[in-house]
Amino acid sequence: MFETFTFHSLPPEDEALRPAIRVLAEEAAASLGADQRARSWQGFDAAFSRKLGEAGFLGLTLPRDYGGGERGPFARFVVVEELLTLGAPVAAHWIADRQSAPLILNFGSEEQRRHYLPRICRGEIFFCIGMSEPGSGSDLASVRTRAERTASGWRLNGQKIWTTNAHRADYMIALVRTSGTAADRHGGLSQLIVDLKAPGVTVRPIEDLAGDAHFAEVFFEDAALPDDALIGTEDEGWKQVTAELAFERSGPERIYSSIILLDAWIAHLQKQGSVGEASLRLAGNFTARLATLRAMSIACTALLAQGESPVVEASLVKDLGTSFEQELPAAIANDLAARPDVPVDAELRRALFYVAHIAPSFSLRGGTREILRGIIARGLGLR
Amino acid sequence: MDRTELLAPFERLLESACTPAVVRAIEAGGDAATLWDAIEASGFLDALVPEAQGGAGLALADMAPILIACGRFAVPLPVGDTIAARHLLALRGETPPPGPIRLTGGHAEAAAVGALPAARAQEIRVDGDTPSLHLAALVRAAAIAGGAQRLLDASLAYANERVQFGKPIGRQQALQQQLAVMAEQTVAARIAVEIACAAGLPLSLAPAATAKIVTSTAAPSIAATAHAVHGAIGISAEHDLHLYTRRLLAWRMEHGSEGWWEARLGTERLAANVGSVDWVRAAVTG
Ligand SMILES: Cc1cc2nc3c(=O)[nH]c(=O)nc-3n(C[C@H](O)[C@H](O)[C@H](O)COP(=O)(O)OP(=O)(O)OC[C@H]3O[C@@H](n4cnc5c(N)ncnc54)[C@H](O)[C@@H]3O)c2cc1C
Repeated sequence: MFETFTFHSLPPEDEALRPAIRVLAEEAAASLGADQRARSWQGFDAAFSRKLGEAGFLGLTLPRDYGGGERGPFARFVVVEELLTLGAPVAAHWIADRQSAPLILNFGSEEQRRHYLPRICRGEIFFCIGMSEPGSGSDLASVRTRAERTASGWRLNGQKIWTTNAHRADYMIALVRTSGTAADRHGGLSQLIVDLKAPGVTVRPIEDLAGDAHFAEVFFEDAALPDDALIGTEDEGWKQVTAELAFERSGPERIYSSIILLDAWIAHLQKQGSVGEASLRLAGNFTARLATLRAMSIACTALLAQGESPVVEASLVKDLGTSFEQELPAAIANDLAARPDVPVDAELRRALFYVAHIAPSFSLRGGTREILRGIIARGLGLR
Repeated sequence: MDRTELLAPFERLLESACTPAVVRAIEAGGDAATLWDAIEASGFLDALVPEAQGGAGLALADMAPILIACGRFAVPLPVGDTIAARHLLALRGETPPPGPIRLTGGHAEAAAVGALPAARAQEIRVDGDTPSLHLAALVRAAAIAGGAQRLLDASLAYANERVQFGKPIGRQQALQQQLAVMAEQTVAARIAVEIACAAGLPLSLAPAATAKIVTSTAAPSIAATAHAVHGAIGISAEHDLHLYTRRLLAWRMEHGSEGWWEARLGTERLAANVGSVDWVRAAVTG
């Protein structure tokens, strides 16, 4: 089972990108405390994203013709791994680089590609994902936001929610109903590129439990969109969104959300004269799992590089990866509080509480644990 | 080397010569010579002996599917051990004794006694933090990965076949979710073994520990899910499930459980003043 999903080394020509991206990532993260670095792909810094674009680190998988690096998924893995493990603020370009650009490349018209892709690669325009709605979370096919044809394009009505960066992005790629009703399920859905500055679009940030506002709700009230807002084929949006989700779920951000905390805890142990057996075992356990998850994430990248859409494999890695990410803060909290005699510095404490509080979201965003296990079960032939 | 090129003949051999009936007969003290001779004749036992010393001179990376297959077929003879032992003896310029060789040591004995009848074999002790012990642990890790694959296949087949409440039990979401986790652990176990095999010989501590920790941690959970899915029939002596679940539990303990290796890997990790991903890249996956 999963015979093509195997250990791969990263190609040396892609490894070669590491020193240069590391310099940029270290620079961007240098002034941030561990709790800020732990926010990594929720840390928004447009200037840093533009800098990455100028240096050629965005759109690495896209053809040169559209401003991309024409390097492929392994190169992107190396760059993304460096950015995440150093805790650089990558939120601004994250979604465009990860999934909007490949979606536009795969399904967009030549004009759409020329219009959006070069600016994504330069870090000039940012995207968000308009899938979830108040009544449609896991049951994504039940979306009710509706686009109707008009003489000049589309009229959009409805609401999206939990849209990461909607209040700071330029465009949303929204999954909407263009024909039929919710009862038609996967039929009659389409994807539209929505200019978030268009009249009739209102964005309201939502504050999270840690006090951050990284997501928002978005209202459409007779928002008028041009004809070419449609991306891909009308009423074929479900197929496109499935391909998009494979990109969304297969990256290393699904194993590294707690990596800054892990490294801060290791540094804390290293400052102690002697480390107890329980802490040593915990460090060993985390290290073995990290090595294996990383190899699995690279195995997923290898499938992307072969042009496949590793839907089931990505779900395997994301479920195992988010479990690891969630166990880290719980186990580290236990370890620290089991040694009340050893002082814990304020920065580590802040990072621990931030990650512990936000950790439940790791297995919600991008598809919940239960939904991913359902996808795996389908892949196993059980449904 | 193409994975399947090596694996296919070895798999065919085990498929016909190491059936569950043969496994049971050998466990019960029956004749092991027929199976052993067939495996010896295949040449795989000298896979890691250098060509100059009459072996096949394969890389450890090529051997991952072979070592895993030993677990998948619950081979009741120390085939992986003998492959490792012949390699270790060749390094010392020694000629291996004929027949099966079992790698033993403080850890191995604890689990082997009483868990599974030990087939008669020569013994070589592997102790301390040495490449020999690392290799012995990898052999067990690979066996767990193989046994896990067999248990997953059997559990999926049974879930699709057994009907309760008018439909196959595999249609129940509660079982689907458990089987999805079992699949995750099974794939992770194999990839952890592939990591260690790719690290090559002499095998260092970090990749061996990674393989043994990930597989040993998964072993009890995988065995438990397999039994949960099978219900009472899986507890019966007549059903083959226990040929694999008992072994998984024993292999987990042999040559160090996850706890033993975690302490060692943790010690090595803490000795280095670098980020975790950098450390993993340097020490585990190369
Ligand atoms: C930090 C964060 C960022 C996000 N960013 C975005 C974004 O940018 N764009 C976007 O569109 N969405 C975004 N989301 C929304 C995310 O996609 C949804 O939270 C997710 O799909 C789950 O939907 P829900 O929250 O409505 O939960 P529900 O679907 O209501 O689920 C609640 C619980 O019920 C379970 N459940 C539901 N259906 C089933 C079933 N069939 N079988 C078993 N269990 C089931 C779920 O697993 C979960 O445990 C974000 C969420 C978070 C937390």
